[in-house]
This record gives sequence, structure tokens and C-alpha cells, in this order.
Amino acid sequence: MGGRDKPDHDEEKEFEMRYLPLTPDDRTAMLNRIGVDSVDALFRDVPKSAVVARSAFDLPDTQGELAVERQLVKMAAKSKAAGSLPFFCGAGAYKHHVPSAVDHLIQRSEFLTSYTPYQPEIAQGTLQYLFEFQTQVALLTGMEVANASLYDGSTATAEGVLMAQRITKRPKAILSGGLHPHYAETVETVAGLSGTVTRAPVTPGKAEDIIALIDDQTACVVVQSPDVFGLIRNLKPIADAAHARGALLIAVVTEIVSLGLIEPPGAQGADIVAAEGQSLGVGLNFGGPYVGLFATREKFLRNMPGRLCGETTDAAGKRGFVLTLSTREQHIRREKATSNICTNSGLCCLAFTIHLSLLGEEGFLRLARANHARASALADRLANIKGVELVTASFFNEFTLRLPKTAASVVDELAEKGIIAGVPASRLLPHDKDVRDLLIVAVTETNTDEDCDALVHALSGAVA
Amino acid sequence: MTMNNQGRATSAGSVNENEMPTISGDRGLQHEVSLIFELGRLGMTGVDIPEVQMSDARLGGLRRKGPVGLPGLSEPEVIRHYVRLSQLNYSIDAGLYPLGSCTMKHNPRLNEKMARLPGFADVHPLQPQQTVQGAFEAVSELMKWLTTLTGMPAVAMSPKAGAHGELCGLLTIRAALEARGEKRHKVLVPSSAHGTNPATAAVAGFTVQEIPATEDGHVDADAMEAALGPDVAAIMLTNPNTCGLFEPRIKEMADAVHKAGAYFYCDGANFNAIAGRVRPGDLGVDAMHINLHKTFSTPHGGGGPGAGPVVLSERLAAYAPLPLLVHDGNEFRMIEHADEATDGAKPFGRMCAFHGQMGMFSRALTYMMSHGADGIRQASEDAVLSANYILASLKDVMSAPFGEGPCMHEALFDDSFLEGTGVTTLDFAKAMIDEGYHPMTMYFPLVVHGAMLIEPTESESKESLDRFIHVLRTMALEAKAGQTARFDGAPRLAPRRRLDETAAARKPILRWKPKALPEAAE
Repeated sequence: MGGRDKPDHDEEKEFEMRYLPLTPDDRTAMLNRIGVDSVDALFRDVPKSAVVARSAFDLPDTQGELAVERQLVKMAAKSKAAGSLPFFCGAGAYKHHVPSAVDHLIQRSEFLTSYTPYQPEIAQGTLQYLFEFQTQVALLTGMEVANASLYDGSTATAEGVLMAQRITKRPKAILSGGLHPHYAETVETVAGLSGTVTRAPVTPGKAEDIIALIDDQTACVVVQSPDVFGLIRNLKPIADAAHARGALLIAVVTEIVSLGLIEPPGAQGADIVAAEGQSLGVGLNFGGPYVGLFATREKFLRNMPGRLCGETTDAAGKRGFVLTLSTREQHIRREKATSNICTNSGLCCLAFTIHLSLLGEEGFLRLARANHARASALADRLANIKGVELVTASFFNEFTLRLPKTAASVVDELAEKGIIAGVPASRLLPHDKDVRDLLIVAVTETNTDEDCDALVHALSGAVA
Repeated sequence: MTMNNQGRATSAGSVNENEMPTISGDRGLQHEVSLIFELGRLGMTGVDIPEVQMSDARLGGLRRKGPVGLPGLSEPEVIRHYVRLSQLNYSIDAGLYPLGSCTMKHNPRLNEKMARLPGFADVHPLQPQQTVQGAFEAVSELMKWLTTLTGMPAVAMSPKAGAHGELCGLLTIRAALEARGEKRHKVLVPSSAHGTNPATAAVAGFTVQEIPATEDGHVDADAMEAALGPDVAAIMLTNPNTCGLFEPRIKEMADAVHKAGAYFYCDGANFNAIAGRVRPGDLGVDAMHINLHKTFSTPHGGGGPGAGPVVLSERLAAYAPLPLLVHDGNEFRMIEHADEATDGAKPFGRMCAFHGQMGMFSRALTYMMSHGADGIRQASEDAVLSANYILASLKDVMSAPFGEGPCMHEALFDDSFLEGTGVTTLDFAKAMIDEGYHPMTMYFPLVVHGAMLIEPTESESKESLDRFIHVLRTMALEAKAGQTARFDGAPRLAPRRRLDETAAARKPILRWKPKALPEAAE
């Protein structure tokens, strides 16, 4: 373009781009109606010195679909996709099979390209699936109410701590050493401003004595089960101890499929459940977007963060759904809101809800059993390798092994051979020398017998 | 009919007497849809998963005792349910969606296709870094686009939405102040700001002082400068502002803020008006979040997921949160812990688990590569042109509080043209639904009475704009002429009539419960 050095477009060459419907004649006619002779006149309030020319941007010009696709396909091919090799990473994100119907349905225009349902008469599709989502989350977690999602499990956990601080009017949050370290760091970022955050020691394969840390300043205890090493935690005694001191128990679940087999936190006395819903419908996505699940007891409803969808009737008496209790939210309450959150994770909620609807009770429970059975079988085989020890006596679909050498180097060595063996604990806890040899291995229904054989064989070789 | 003060029906009205009820309750393509919990039967599933033998030995004695309570449906039943639900939604693909401040632009499908490439979508955030170089490269490319377009040296990628980006920006400012050994507790926020701004300032531990707007819809720069002092940490300014106007004194305000030792946070929600033409870095901005779901067209998805990367000035760059993406000459590396940080970086902490919204990054990058820098500039110009075209075409029949314009990418009207007509802002908006349009943003910004904020975006053809203008002109003229029939109780033709929000809030029903299970049992 010859006109790059000028702020104006080159009059000789009209710009064309497939996503922009206005023609040069349209633009001229519109400028005439407005009563100005160039689009520059519309930017009257912008200081002249702040307007830059095209040449100020060292960026390419417009490109067609084919050219863009070629470049991105090439770029993406430089990653090794989880589905292309034996793959055992978990630690907060799990590879599950997502039925084809899910991705088809969430790409329907009416779901994909709609906004937050602020006009309920023409957004019942979104509102009803949010209501279904809230119901599913409440059922899975064994809680009374759930919101219409938060960003992800880690931010949901942080919001849970802020909520507990509001309810108890106490400053202190105690985090279990088994809480995913990224979650703990996320909590520290926000809850550290409004109070104090204490992290209990990391005790792989064992439950720390968290009850001893609860005092009269404690707002909440945050315990993840299965924890970051895979260990299933017994929440009931912690809930009882917290309640006896006027504190709340926040239960964190990073693998929601585990609730098909394990007693839900609601039945174990949790006051708030913060969970990651990525396992259902959403996929790995390199860490995001995911979907934060947030559930609590009815009595804490008005202290909840995030959007809520409620049932009502329309003027003709028909059942319908609306966003409700918005007097908690930032667009009404501004600096007095329960949270600054505006966006939820709408389309990921939909994927979660459709996947869970396809599974149904029977499919969900079978999926959970299949995961546990596969993980148990592989854990036994790996623990049989000389020098390898199973650290977690109980687990759902993820367990931790102690290797006779540094786990990170084993993972790198196996990655060279085309096997992604799991997450070395040192990736999450680099300063903890005691976890250097620990490998966190997740096994789901997507791991074939051949995958498992390959891991057993390769790990045997690596530690021999 | 009983009405509340917003003109919203609070009791059941009557359906159109002229319409013959159908036997099924459905109406043509519009189906009544049961809740998924009211469908299905025990034992059915839409996914084939074989039953396996397993033992309880490794469940720590915590095996689930009762059922979950999920319905069982086959795949065709699930698909029909959600397809029918989808048909109850308005969408940008189906029609003009003029929600001011939300930037409902076209969502190209190439973006969807690219986001699903296995090298971007089917990679785990914690798999070995040498196996995710393609994903890192995409993030790095996007970072280059964002920093170049904004004229800022650094960008924090992990924030998951606009409000999360605001929090990230304020925490970065907090860290920079702490590094200077200063404690400043106050953040200045204009009265026209999005609600997230004051809410975020409160979450970040600051107190909020509101700055008034002037008669002409700008932030009162004199009041802002007068409020600056040693206790002010930052101002949060939206530019172009929520009245759809560019702040002409922005550089002067930025200078005053810097002189007072404070930082300039810019809410980037309205970047779509100036992208490719104005660099916020040149205006003196220290931190600005960019809603990838607005300006860079990642789909809104019924309310998320979004993404809110934050660009940072030289003064703040060192304090950006973890993780940090670096390139060491051979390959990309993600720094995930503070003590591994190089080049003087002092990250304040972590905003969330993992690395941010990759699925949104790949879409936004595709959008940018498709448009190019020239296309992004043209898109902004078309967005501003279209908004001004609407303003010019409606200002004689609707009331524009800030006069003749020009505006930026959204046109603001107030409800004074409806005064004495008996038609409320809400009636007017709901009547648009019967005309096949999603209403504009209403009652925001708060600085204007009965605000109606129209943002057409660059995605509409002139024919589409002309038709929209014709409909709104006719509605305004009818209201003024006392022809109010189409406004009473509108919408009539949507899947639902007005919904009783008061009842919903008074006695919240937030989940389905089986009929046999009375509430007392909970």
C-alpha cells in the first residue's frame, strides 16, 4: 500500500476484506448523511499527535483464509497433541473422551454467538441450560445451590475463600498442603489482600494435621480431594472441627468425574465446593478456557459470587428463566459487590451440561468406575517395577509414584521416546526437595492397553 | 396489569386473544422445551461405556453411597433437547445485536476451526515444555500483535476475562507501589465507568473515589486532577468512554496522574473504536486489559468464556504476574515460579492455574492474522462510521444527550424523547424484540437518564443499518404520536413474554427438584 505513511487511506486503492460488508460507495453515502467529508473528521477528539500511520505497526496486512490456515496448521503441528501418543498428565486437567455431539451443539450459532442473557425473552436457550447446569453441579457436589459458573477451579477456590471471609468476618484461610499449588498461589493473590493465608505442609500420600491449625481467627479450611497427588481425603472430621470453631470447610475438586465414585463433599459437611469442570465437555485447551463450578448451602446464597439463573413465569404464566439476585453483582453494587466478576464461562457450562446429559446417571457412574479400574491396574503394574513405589494408598484416577531418580528427568527422557509419563511434582513445587522423585500419573478411559504397556515398558527401562 | 416502577409486568397478563392455541403447545419452529431432568429414564445413556469390575479397596472408605440423580437419555434425545433450546436464543449470526459496550461483531468460523487444531486444543498445560512449542508460538505471536497494536512493551496473558484483567492491572500497580516503598490506598473511578472498575478496585484492596462527568459526557478532568494526591494509586479510565466519546484531554490527564506519582489504568473495553489508529501507549496508559471477546471477536458464547490480557507500560512491566513466556534463542520457555524469573522481573504472584485462555488466544490470533493491521484499522473506522451513521439518522427523532456528535463506535441516546408518551425505555427496548432485533444496552452508562447505548460494530452492511434505522425511527415516531399499542406488554412474538424478575428474586428457585421431594426434606 502506497499510502502507509499517511494516516489517511490511499484513495486509489480501496480496501477489501471478507468480514467487512461496507463498500466504498456505502462509506461515501454514510459520510454524506453524517455531514463530514472523511472518516478522519469523526476522530476529531483524538489528539492529532496520537494518531499513527499504518507504517507504525510492524505487522502483516490482511490475508485470506487459506493463507492464515496454512500458517496456523504449521504452527500447531509443532506441539505434540495428547491424543497422538501415550499420555498420562493430570494434576488439575484431565484428558477425557468428549462425545462428538458436544462440539456440534456448542457451535450452533444461537449458543456460540449470543451474549449474556440480559434479555430473557430471547435468551431462554442460554438461561435454561444454565439452570440445568446449576442443578447438575448441585447434584454432583451434594450441595443445595450452585451458581452459573466462574472462570475455572482455581479462581472459584479464591472466590470461595473471599466468600468465607465475608461470611465469618474472619481473616484467616488455611490451605491444605494437598491443594494444587497453582490454586494455593491464586488464593494467596486475592485473599492475601483481605486477610491472611496459611499453607499447611506438603505431605504426599498422607493427610496433614490440618485440624491443629484451626483457631478462632480462621475463616475457612481449604481441602482438595482427591488431592494434588491423587489421595482421597476424608473431609468429615475436618468439617466437624472447622464448624466447632466457627470456620467453614471449602472442598476443592479438580477431577469432577471422581464424584461418580466418591462420596460428594456436600455429604461430608463441606460449606462451599469449588471445582474444576474441565473434565466434562471442555477438553485440555492448554489450560483454558475451563469452567469453575461453585456450590454452597442455601443459607449462604446471598454471599455467593457470580451469576445465578432462577426460575420464574412470564406474563402469560409460562415457566421461564432469568438471571437473578443481581443485587449482589458489580453492575448494580459497584464497589460493594460480592465479587468483581462479570463474565462466566457460558459456553463451557453448555459443553459440561451436554456431556453430562449424554452420560446420564448410568454413563457417569460407569465412566468413573472405568477410570478407577484402569488407574488401579496401571498403578499395580508400575509399583511392581523395581525401585518404584506407590505413594498414594487411595486414589481415583490419579496416583503418585516415588521413582528411584528425579522424576523430571524421567519425564523428559520418556517424552523423547514419545510417551508423556505424567507431571513431575517438582513442576508444581520446585522448592520442595522431598518431592523431586515424585511422578503424578493420571489414567482415564482414553488410555488404551497399548498406552499402559508402553508406559510400563519405558519406565522400567528408565529407572533400571 | 400490575407494573413495577420500571414498567415491567409483575403479574401474569393475558396471551393474544387472536391467536389460536395449538394442541401441542409448540408453535411452528418454536418448541416448548422441558427441563432435561423431566426427560429420560433410568438405565438409559447416550454414551457407550462398558461396565468394568472394580474393587473398593483404594477408595479410602469413601465410596459414594447414593445415586447422583441424573436423568438418562439417548444421543438423539439429548441432541433434540439442546437444538430446540438453541432455537429460543437470539444471536449475532441471526441478526444485528446492537449492545453498546459489548462489541457484538461477527465471529469468523475460521477462528473456530483453528482453535480446534490438536496442537492448540489437545495439549495439556503441564506436559513437557519441549512438546508444546507450537502452542507457545501462538501465544507469543498474539503477544506481539497486542503489544504492537497498543504501543506497550509487555503483556500479561493469564487473566481470564475483562474484570480479571482489571484485577491483574491493579495488582501490578500495587506491586510497583510497594517496590517504591509507598502505600497508596485510593483509586479514582469516573461515574460513567463499568461496574467492574469500582468492584475490582475494592477486591484489590483500594478505596474508590468517584469522579463526576461533565455536561458533555466526558470525565471531569479538572475534578480528576484536583482529586490527585499522595494517597492516589491509580485512575481507572475507559477510553473511548462509556458515553461513546473519546476523552480529548486524555494526555493531559495522564501527565497529571504521572506527576502525582500515580498510574493510569485504562479499561480497554472500547478498544474497537481506535485499534490500528491510536496506540494507548502513546496516550500515557500504564495498564490496559483487552477483551479478546470484544475487539478481537472470540465468541461471547452466552456469557463467556472471555479473555483479558493486560498490556503494561515500561513502569509496570517488571511486576507482571506468573507465568512468563520467554524465548531463549532456541525455543520457548514458560517461567512458572518467581525465582526463575530473568531480566529483573518481579512477578507479583499468580492470577489463576496454568497459563490463561489458550482457546481464546488461538481465535484472536486467527482474527488478527485475517484482518492484518490494515484490516483492523479499517474495522475500527467502519465501526465508528456505522455508529455515527446511526446517530445522524436517529438524532432528530430520538434524543442524543451529547448533541451532534461525532461519537466513537457507539451512539448514546437517552429517554427524554419518550417523555410524556407513556412508553418507557424498557417498553421501547422490548418492542424491538418483536421487530426481530436484540435491544441495545439500556440504563447504562448511569450518568445518563434512561440510557440507550447502540453499538452496531463494523459487521453490518449499509442495508442492514438502513433497515434498523427505519424500524427505530418508525417506533420513535409512533411513540411520540401516541400510537403505543406495539409497546404495551411487548414482546408478544418472542418465545416468552416479559418475565417476572421480582418473583424470581423474592423466592429464588435456582435448581430443579423432583416433585416427590418436598423442599422441607433438604
